[in-house]
Amino acid sequence: MKKCMRCTKPATLHITEIQLGQAQVVHLCETCAQKYLSSVEVGGLPSSPIDDDEDESGLEADAEDAALEASDAEEETPTAACTGCGITFKQFRSVGRLGCPQCYTSFHDDLLSLLESIHQDTQHVGKCPPQTSANTLRHHELVRLRSELKAAVEKEAYEQAADLRDQIQTIESQTPVAEDAAG
Amino acid sequence: MNDCRLSLRERAIFRTTRNKTHYDAGMTVLDFDALTNSSGEWLKGVGPESDVVVSSRIRLARNLDRFPFPPQTTDAIRGEVEATLRGPVAEVLPPGSMGYVRIDPLETLDRQFLVERQLVSREHSEAKGPRGVGIGPQESMSLMVNEEDHLRMQVLRSGLALDECWQEINRVDDALQQQVNFAFNEEFGYLTSCPTNVGTGMRVSVMLHLPALVMTKEIQKVFQSMHKMSLAVRGLYGEGSQAMGDFYQISNQMTLGKSELQIIQSMQQVIPGVLEYERRTRREMVKENRPKLHDKVSRALGILQSARTITSEETMHLLSSLRLGINLGLIDGIEIPTINELFIHTQPAHLQKLSGSPMESSDRNAARATQIRTKLAPVKPTGSGE
Repeated sequence: MKKCMRCTKPATLHITEIQLGQAQVVHLCETCAQKYLSSVEVGGLPSSPIDDDEDESGLEADAEDAALEASDAEEETPTAACTGCGITFKQFRSVGRLGCPQCYTSFHDDLLSLLESIHQDTQHVGKCPPQTSANTLRHHELVRLRSELKAAVEKEAYEQAADLRDQIQTIESQTPVAEDAAG
Repeated sequence: MNDCRLSLRERAIFRTTRNKTHYDAGMTVLDFDALTNSSGEWLKGVGPESDVVVSSRIRLARNLDRFPFPPQTTDAIRGEVEATLRGPVAEVLPPGSMGYVRIDPLETLDRQFLVERQLVSREHSEAKGPRGVGIGPQESMSLMVNEEDHLRMQVLRSGLALDECWQEINRVDDALQQQVNFAFNEEFGYLTSCPTNVGTGMRVSVMLHLPALVMTKEIQKVFQSMHKMSLAVRGLYGEGSQAMGDFYQISNQMTLGKSELQIIQSMQQVIPGVLEYERRTRREMVKENRPKLHDKVSRALGILQSARTITSEETMHLLSSLRLGINLGLIDGIEIPTINELFIHTQPAHLQKLSGSPMESSDRNAARATQIRTKLAPVKPTGSGE
């Protein structure tokens, strides 16, 4: 199931907006959908996150879409460039490669929907560098266990699900480590 | 002492000199002759499930945290990245490694040779600016500097051996992280030049030989089911390459939102089904028409043993039939590693390195036929088919 484009809940509402003859699909959970709809009533289409997710071919299709979006946007505001390397999101879309690690922060919101369509997820839960804080590791572990729990419930592996739930509860019951102590 | 207070310019000179020394120390001159006449561990055909699984491979993509990604930068910065990484890369290579080699000064033919050998990727061979590769023992590891990412590390093993690949590459990654900081953020994980690799930066691939599924056209069903599970199916040389000799690489596409072990486990769950499908199809082919199949593989051997000129495409096709025949016990006296090696050693750059000079296509076809005839000295097919 798709995730909400604004938070981590599953998207239950799929809204197709037609503006200036162009269709855009928005996937949202119920809470975010209500906020979205009220904001549309007040001030027109929110600028993000929006994508064209109907096409599976990913980058190339997205690139065309981005080019369209960018040409619209250029008339009003200059395209924001990455603070690290200076490339714009439009340039990234045309070559399919980011410029530097900082691009992930500079284009954070635009990348979220792209990552969601490529990986069906947006949160890393794998290996971390040795200096990673205990709280981050704990957070990743919880995210990973919750997704495993969801998968176990879906395939009706209840024994495994109960085991995972216990593991989640154990981690949740531990007090978060104070940041300074975590180094 | 005044000497300690170097001016900016002096510091730049000092740094260059120091790097130069380091550069010389970390550099290896690759012995292409020795390489040409040998082959990697992963071609030995000895690992688990090696009747179908040729090799397992895991690669990790990593980048230094303070530099632009290689495709979008200048040669000067690529040079700094290369200078930063070459020392640590040479250091983490296990004992018995071939060492670290600069790729950019090499001739096109030598670079092509390393691509055929799967020690560097096609992209790395064709990339711009300073770049290199650290080659592990028996060609089972290659650490590419300045590919699409600053560092692309891969470990290869013969047969189905993903756990071993992971242990080895994880060890190398840990060792490198003691020396350099990789670009990482808590939300997106290890940051990569292309967002399709972000997160774990991990690509797990298993190379399969699926001749029976290709002959019966059942392979389409494998493609479809892999696609549904978001797994990619590619040819012998990875992305964008043709499926030559009925070899297919199956690999994960999603790198974010799952741990490394989860990605490996999901591959381990999928692969046995494909292996069983191929084996069942092989058994059915033997059961339904053993004489016909025996004839086909024997003819393949006959052509390979007697042809005077042969294209790469025909070679791949016939070697694939022969490999199937050996695995089914229809051909005796030829070992699987000989065939695995021929798949690699009959490719254009290998043939030219063997002959010691560049060759036109027609000369290569003749050299290829000679090479095959030498390796496949006549054997008697077993008479059990008739």
